[in-house]
Amino acid sequence: MSQITEQRHLPPGTLAPPPASARQRRARLRRLVTRLASHTLLIAGSIIIMIPIGWMLSTSFKKTGQEWIFPPIWIPDPIWWQNYIEAMYALPIPFYVYVLNTVVITITATLGTVLTSALAAFAFARLRFPARQFMFLLVISTMMLPSAVTLIPKFIIFRHLNWLDTFLPLIVPFWLGGTAFSIFLLRQFFMTIPRELDEAARMDGASSFQIFWWVVLPLSGPALATVIIFQIWSHWNDFIDPLIYINSSSKYTIALALRTFQNVRSQRVNYLMAMSVIQVLPIVILFLGAQKYFIRGIHLSGLSGR
Amino acid sequence: MTQTAGEKSSDYVPDKIQAKVNRVQLRPFGKRGLLWREAVDGWLFILPWLFGFLIFTAGPMLASAVLSFMEWEILTPASWVGLANFRQMLRDPLFYKSLYNTAYYSFLGVPLYLIASLMMALLLNMPVRGTSIYRTFFFIPSLTPAVANALLWTWIFSPDFGLANYFLQTVGLPPQKWLFDVNLAKPSLILMGLWGIGSQMIIFLAGLQGIPQTLYEAASIDGANHLQRFWSITLPMLSPTIFFNLVIGVIGSFQVFTTAFIATQGGPQNATLFYVLYLWRNGFDYFKMGYGSALAWVLFVIVLILTLIQFRVARYFVYYEVDEAV
Repeated sequence: MSQITEQRHLPPGTLAPPPASARQRRARLRRLVTRLASHTLLIAGSIIIMIPIGWMLSTSFKKTGQEWIFPPIWIPDPIWWQNYIEAMYALPIPFYVYVLNTVVITITATLGTVLTSALAAFAFARLRFPARQFMFLLVISTMMLPSAVTLIPKFIIFRHLNWLDTFLPLIVPFWLGGTAFSIFLLRQFFMTIPRELDEAARMDGASSFQIFWWVVLPLSGPALATVIIFQIWSHWNDFIDPLIYINSSSKYTIALALRTFQNVRSQRVNYLMAMSVIQVLPIVILFLGAQKYFIRGIHLSGLSGR
Repeated sequence: MTQTAGEKSSDYVPDKIQAKVNRVQLRPFGKRGLLWREAVDGWLFILPWLFGFLIFTAGPMLASAVLSFMEWEILTPASWVGLANFRQMLRDPLFYKSLYNTAYYSFLGVPLYLIASLMMALLLNMPVRGTSIYRTFFFIPSLTPAVANALLWTWIFSPDFGLANYFLQTVGLPPQKWLFDVNLAKPSLILMGLWGIGSQMIIFLAGLQGIPQTLYEAASIDGANHLQRFWSITLPMLSPTIFFNLVIGVIGSFQVFTTAFIATQGGPQNATLFYVLYLWRNGFDYFKMGYGSALAWVLFVIVLILTLIQFRVARYFVYYEVDEAV
């Protein structure tokens, strides 16, 4: 309000803006109030949501002993970054071995998922072949299948193959079609690519694989990025499969190592939180880097159930 | 494919097209016809998936069905016991307990997560500056891997030194035992899950952004207020997304495992013994492969029935826009 009255007393010579009508003023005020309220809500929400992460970070930098102070202190004094180095060697095997194991599994399994599920998705989106509808229905229904149902028989299969205590059960299935979800997502995305493009390529004598590799894949950046992020996240995060198939501690993933450390020395919360930060951080960085493609991929592939 | 790379004279292309057109028109399904080629390609392309499906999904489903009629403890030879596993289940108090715990988690958690994630998405969909930053903040917790998440929250819920009790204390409420309290353990786990609803929120956000702005403009001109616009435009247009999140949410909630495994190991007094945790114990702690498989099949049937019910009910509340040809 005061702003408007001020405008009326501008020094002579400057061009005064046309006086705002009462209705315009009210509308502007309402917009301002809404915007303020939105920001307040959003900031409050962000802070509440980030508290646990802050708590994890804070604990991970506390010198042993300080984590048991109550009421808790938020900013550790001193900031004991040595926890990260000590946590590295807190288990019989250095922690980077677990990180390395997880990286190897995550990369190979993700690669397999992207390649083989993109192949299947391309067939479902573009190629006409007998029983296509039925096969796609199978894909959709596996999406709704609780994976716990196949836990025991899969264990028995891998036991027969002599694959227990190797990375193979965590990798090979993903080279055979990846996940139903990624097939679905990629298929939805491929459907949005204009058919004229591959028809033109076919007329030029391109084979189906050439069309897939040179026409469709290069146009599918956001969808591929989405699948890659989902897969990296789920392998990095995976707990139940490594828990079942891996026995020797030298082959543990980060998730298994964390659980072991929790069992062995649950009193070392600062180390435990430092290890947790090591598990969380790469994923958050990855997401922040690829966020743009990720959101677009979800949006464009119509994942919202439409 | 008799053409060599060098052949690119202008009069060659029409010939080639003509040849293909002829082939398609004359014998499209013939051995060298385009459609035959395409069908073969189609099957080749889905072959890896098909193998995977047969070996790691269909086969295990079948095996699990057979195993559920057997008694087998890995080291001893398997024997056919008919319906004994299922009869044992009916007498097993822990089966009922785990089923109850899981249903409790699902029926309380899923609606709570749906409403909360929808509200978050609505908040983040407001036209204010800096939404992408807020979105990042709101989404980051759901990136936290399940194990780290469970460990962090066990620490937060620590009865003596935890953050949760510190907050209760500052508001003047008595401290709680959280995960160690029989009555509070399940609600605490549900609260933990609430922190990770970011992926549902993102899906809602994508759904919200798919609603044409013109609908809101038309409604505004007709004098509809915010609430009316929400009830008559946002909700119906979003109903497929809500349905999607509901189905996925129920299936996921019936498989809750890692948080309970890490945070409570099923305790106190089996208050957080969830179905899959009990299944896991039978299979991999007691090596009762037969009984575990029977439990798995019962889970499958329960989830299937719940999903079918949702699809049936969906007919009345899910509004599918008829796709206009683009």
